[in-house]
Amino acid sequence: MTTEQISPPALRVRGIEKSFQDLHVLRGVDLDVAPGAVVALLGSNGAGKTTLVRILSTLLQADAGSASVNGYDVAAQSGKVRESLSLTGQFAAVDGVLTGRENLLLVARLRHLKNPGSIADDLLDRFSLAAAGNRPASTYSGGMRRRLDIAMSLIGEPPIIVLDEPTTGLDPQARLEVWRTITSLATGGATVLLTTQHLEEAEQLADRIAILHEGRIIQHGTLADLKRLLPPAEVEYVEKQPSLEEVFLSVVGAPTTPTTSQDLR
Amino acid sequence: MTTTQFLSDTRVLTGRSLRHILRSPDTIITTAVTPIALLLLFVYVIGGAIETGSEGSYVDYLLPGILLITIASGVAYTAYRLFLDMQGGIVERFQSMPIARSSVLWAHVLTSVTANAASVALVVVVALIMGFRTGASILAWLAVIGLLTLFILALTWIAVIAGLSAKTVDGASAFSYPLIFLPFISSAFVPTESMPAPVAWFAQNQPVTSIVNTLRALFAQESVGNDLWISLAWLLGILVVACAAATAIYRRRIR
Repeated sequence: MTTEQISPPALRVRGIEKSFQDLHVLRGVDLDVAPGAVVALLGSNGAGKTTLVRILSTLLQADAGSASVNGYDVAAQSGKVRESLSLTGQFAAVDGVLTGRENLLLVARLRHLKNPGSIADDLLDRFSLAAAGNRPASTYSGGMRRRLDIAMSLIGEPPIIVLDEPTTGLDPQARLEVWRTITSLATGGATVLLTTQHLEEAEQLADRIAILHEGRIIQHGTLADLKRLLPPAEVEYVEKQPSLEEVFLSVVGAPTTPTTSQDLR
Repeated sequence: MTTTQFLSDTRVLTGRSLRHILRSPDTIITTAVTPIALLLLFVYVIGGAIETGSEGSYVDYLLPGILLITIASGVAYTAYRLFLDMQGGIVERFQSMPIARSSVLWAHVLTSVTANAASVALVVVVALIMGFRTGASILAWLAVIGLLTLFILALTWIAVIAGLSAKTVDGASAFSYPLIFLPFISSAFVPTESMPAPVAWFAQNQPVTSIVNTLRALFAQESVGNDLWISLAWLLGILVVACAAATAIYRRRIR
């Protein structure tokens, strides 16, 4: 907790409100995310996770309240915010006509970087897409598309990465691939805010969890903090049954290298 | 936002959408198919019975109007491409990046000019095979190209409005049907004098007639007269209004 108070927050949200006509989606959201933290924004469908993410990435304007990204105000310094933050949306925003490599080149050029070619090749390698780099992205499997999408958001090394429901619509293998990718981002020192409605995902990936409910953050803390909210666990003896997911993964063979998703498409 | 950044972003994004066209060049061909069919139909089937009152062959008379129909049907693809981009997540991705805001639209506009120019060139080649001849000077050709480019730009910005505001794919391209029809009620196929008075009045006072007459005069090495200035006034007027409206709609949609 002390480090959070010393270093300025990567994301700072104060009293953000947003309505769509009569629908009061966000009703005063407060949230601080420390640099280098991985925070999961947990909420059910329609809780306003995407709305908050869109406000932070300057795609939407808040009705009230303020938010800053990397110290820049989202309303007044949107250009600086866009340089500091990169968003991976709910629907993989890749160009299906272009090849994976061309998609990466496109973003590198739009970010005015030198050597877009070597940046693209490097990311294709890192995301195990090198073999598929010259195929149109429309031929990729869901997991590969999402990996390409995340790779595109890393170009230019923005300090803050926002992932909006990164595993929605993915099969279990692809989800594990994306999880591994996110874990490696966090080790690289980036600040990660990810939204999810899967409790397990938040538990697996995030070091802090914020629960968005009825337009407000109702709880924010580590998993241990949140668990303390409930009465202490009772010890019960229960036979350990494999979950369906474990059965599925052992029957089809858990992905050893991410490239196998090509064959599993 | 500097001008160099705008130019660089527009260039990169134009390269992207031109690549889309190169990967599916059928849009250029389908754009040219209907105008070529009309050209064949009117020259070889109906044209024999049409009194144009001009000296050249009917294909010489007809080509300017056919070129405008080519462009009017070609811009439907512009609206379609923009609509698909707005539907997918890719425009959101661009908007969340530090790029010049309007470069997304300009890239589509420049791509539209290139694609339509290719379709127009295809139709001109077919017309040449069918016996279209002109003694137009280089200067006259440049004037023809300039006027056609202005026509593409004006219609493209209308297409941008359609592509931005459409709710469905069909809606995105439906705006082009009246535009394709407009040359039929003009001097493109028959002289306006042969039409009933109210229709003739409409035909003589709508932009297509002036543009067709100007192009025809340029090809025939005749004086363009007032038609050139009337055409330019129409085209620049449509261009400015449509561009302003499209930009306003875009700003409101993306903030």
